[in-house]
Amino acid sequence: MLLSKKNKEVLFNPFSKDNPVLVQILGICSTLAVTVNLEPAIVMGISVTAVLAFSNVIISLIRNTIPTTIRIIVQLVVVAALVIIVQQFLVAYDYDVSKQLSVFIGLIITNCILMGRLEAFAMSNKPWPAFLDGIGNGLGYAIILVIVAFFRELLGSGTILGYQVIPQWCYDHGYMNNGLMILPPMALIVVACLIWVHRAHNKDLQEE
Amino acid sequence: MEELNLFVKSIFVDNMIFAYFLGMCSFLAVSKNVKTALGLGVAVTFMLVVTIPLNYLLDKYVLQPGAMRWLSPALGGVDLSFLGLIMFIAVIASATQLVEMAVEKFSPSLYNALGIFLPLIAVNCAILGCALFMQQKDFGSVWTATVYGAGSGIGWLLAIVGLAAIREKLAYSNVPKPLRGIGITFIITGLMGIAFMSFLGIKLG
Repeated sequence: MLLSKKNKEVLFNPFSKDNPVLVQILGICSTLAVTVNLEPAIVMGISVTAVLAFSNVIISLIRNTIPTTIRIIVQLVVVAALVIIVQQFLVAYDYDVSKQLSVFIGLIITNCILMGRLEAFAMSNKPWPAFLDGIGNGLGYAIILVIVAFFRELLGSGTILGYQVIPQWCYDHGYMNNGLMILPPMALIVVACLIWVHRAHNKDLQEE
Repeated sequence: MEELNLFVKSIFVDNMIFAYFLGMCSFLAVSKNVKTALGLGVAVTFMLVVTIPLNYLLDKYVLQPGAMRWLSPALGGVDLSFLGLIMFIAVIASATQLVEMAVEKFSPSLYNALGIFLPLIAVNCAILGCALFMQQKDFGSVWTATVYGAGSGIGWLLAIVGLAAIREKLAYSNVPKPLRGIGITFIITGLMGIAFMSFLGIKLG
């Protein structure tokens, strides 16, 4: 009952067919900026999922009382309040990661995934599907974040979550970490490769 | 001299797009031709020049720990910095609204040129991002902060116009099918970013 066919689609479509990053091209800024290492990427993914799910529910609950002319401001205030909670929570429990993420936690407010989902889904749906939509899109975003961060950390620093995974003898035989992967522009190119692979498998998404 | 250094640095070295990826969504969406790209770029620069000094004053005289001392000594211990985000976004959203109305009234031609871009700017992360960086960098005066805002805006403008020009030429090239459209745009942005990194370490004076 809770997961009818339609709700399942709402929850699982964003993982691939309707992925917020690869297909809807939303939330690019943070995807690129926080993916140098895996740990901040995971934290960011969870934070966005939480904010998205709860802001979807709140907006969906009050959707019939918001005057359309000021809805953007109402949405921004709801999102900003939730982001402040997340920010304070991170500062309290995971200070190092919150330092690494710096302004990007604050920038969840202007993450287009949030405004996009609030406008496109929460404003016209009941709270439960809206919650699932938030979770689905948040996790769809988090998956891309983790994949990009995985490759960037592995190739750029030779570590995964801070643990050395490329053995020492590789370095002894002349293997070098690719310093370019740590630099911001490479994030764009990694995402481009993901889009390439994704669209090669989903031909209907290709552009003319 | 210090301001000039900051200005050049915020245009080229700390470029909003290539170094921080801010304002990426509109950057990718509105870069199909040079004319609209220029319109959006000008609108963003303009909003940065307006909102950065406002947010600076707000931060300096209301939000920072002990910032309200100028009102009365009793308020010296108040720390409102946790409200930063919500205040900044409120300033940006309302400034966008005000500027939109003012431009519509006083310069209809500019209003028509900027058109739909003005309201979109409220949710452009470059504006909020710049405000947050401004807070982090802790500038000495409102003038320095304005210079930083103007530099960041011009950097953003250069980047989007450059990308739009390349994309216009790209129409004539044979790109692999799955990469067409957004994929190749990502790669171009990445390559432009690498090119911009050659400005690293530039210092004037």
